[in-house]
Amino acid sequence: MLHSHMLKERAGSILVVILSGELDHHEAAELRLRIDHELEKMDSPKLLLDLRDLAFMDSAGLGVFLGRYKKVLAKKGEMAIAGPPKPVMRLLEMSGFHRIMTIYTSRAEALTVMKGVKA
Amino acid sequence: MRNVDNEMTIMFLAKSENESFARVAVAAFAAQTNPTLDELTEIKTIVSEAVTNAIIHGYPEEDGYVFLHCKIMSNRLEIVVEDHGVGMRDTEEARQPLFTTRPDLDRTGMGLTIIESYVQALTIESKLGEGTRLRMVKSIAKEQSAAVYEV
Ligand SMILES: Nc1ncnc2c1ncn2[C@@H]1O[C@H](COP(=O)(O)OP(=O)(O)OP(=O)(O)O)[C@@H](O)[C@H]1O
Ligand SMILES: [Mg+2]
Repeated sequence: MLHSHMLKERAGSILVVILSGELDHHEAAELRLRIDHELEKMDSPKLLLDLRDLAFMDSAGLGVFLGRYKKVLAKKGEMAIAGPPKPVMRLLEMSGFHRIMTIYTSRAEALTVMKGVKA
Repeated sequence: MRNVDNEMTIMFLAKSENESFARVAVAAFAAQTNPTLDELTEIKTIVSEAVTNAIIHGYPEEDGYVFLHCKIMSNRLEIVVEDHGVGMRDTEEARQPLFTTRPDLDRTGMGLTIIESYVQALTIESKLGEGTRLRMVKSIAKEQSAAVYEV
């Protein structure tokens, strides 16, 4: 089971998606829809994925992240990841994600930076 | 059946609901080898990758069966995932990092690369129109084991 919880920060300019449970191919479809639905309503969206409580993830998660990254970039926004557990970090590194998006140790740290950089 | 300490086979329909079932079933079986938490995560991950491939790529149209065989031989775990689906032309190409035939489904082509880095041996046999068989062998370190573990 995957649980996702979404919040908006900074007058709706930052979408924070907090994930817990297991992210696999079965769970990916709905998550993708939910995030894209919110992204559609935003101009130059800033997307932050908080993975601290994600107990399991496989390549389906990488696919969801890469797909959202492309969408966000196409809308001149930015995307970041916060708090990935060690096994998730391993997958992010294996696929080179750490080179294309910023990975913060915590949501708080990410938000400080994301709120600070340009209005 | 000499040298095999334990063995199990399950078969299930190629439905995405069964991805988590397959992970949990193999993890529970593999617990007999006293894996560490990291090893258990790796086992769940390779099962998830192989079973998901069978479901998405093996049976793109209708649901067939996925077969999952596991064997424990002292400190080695052998996992075979088989489908009788569409098969693939070139297994070498499939193993390349970032190679995917389904970018439309948000796949990144990392599944087989992840499996390769988590196992000691990976063999892929496949024939177009007949299906695919993945054999993975993972050694479980003897010394430490997870003090507590949850499936
Ligand atoms: N069971 C299978 N039956 C048919 N083709 C397969 C099977 N498994 C893998 N393939 C082929 O090999 C390719 C690479 O597989 P791999 O798991 O590495 O990447 P992917 O599934 O495309 O993406 P990801 O695993 O990152 O979500 C697939 O795109 C597919 O063409
Ligand atoms: Mg795959």
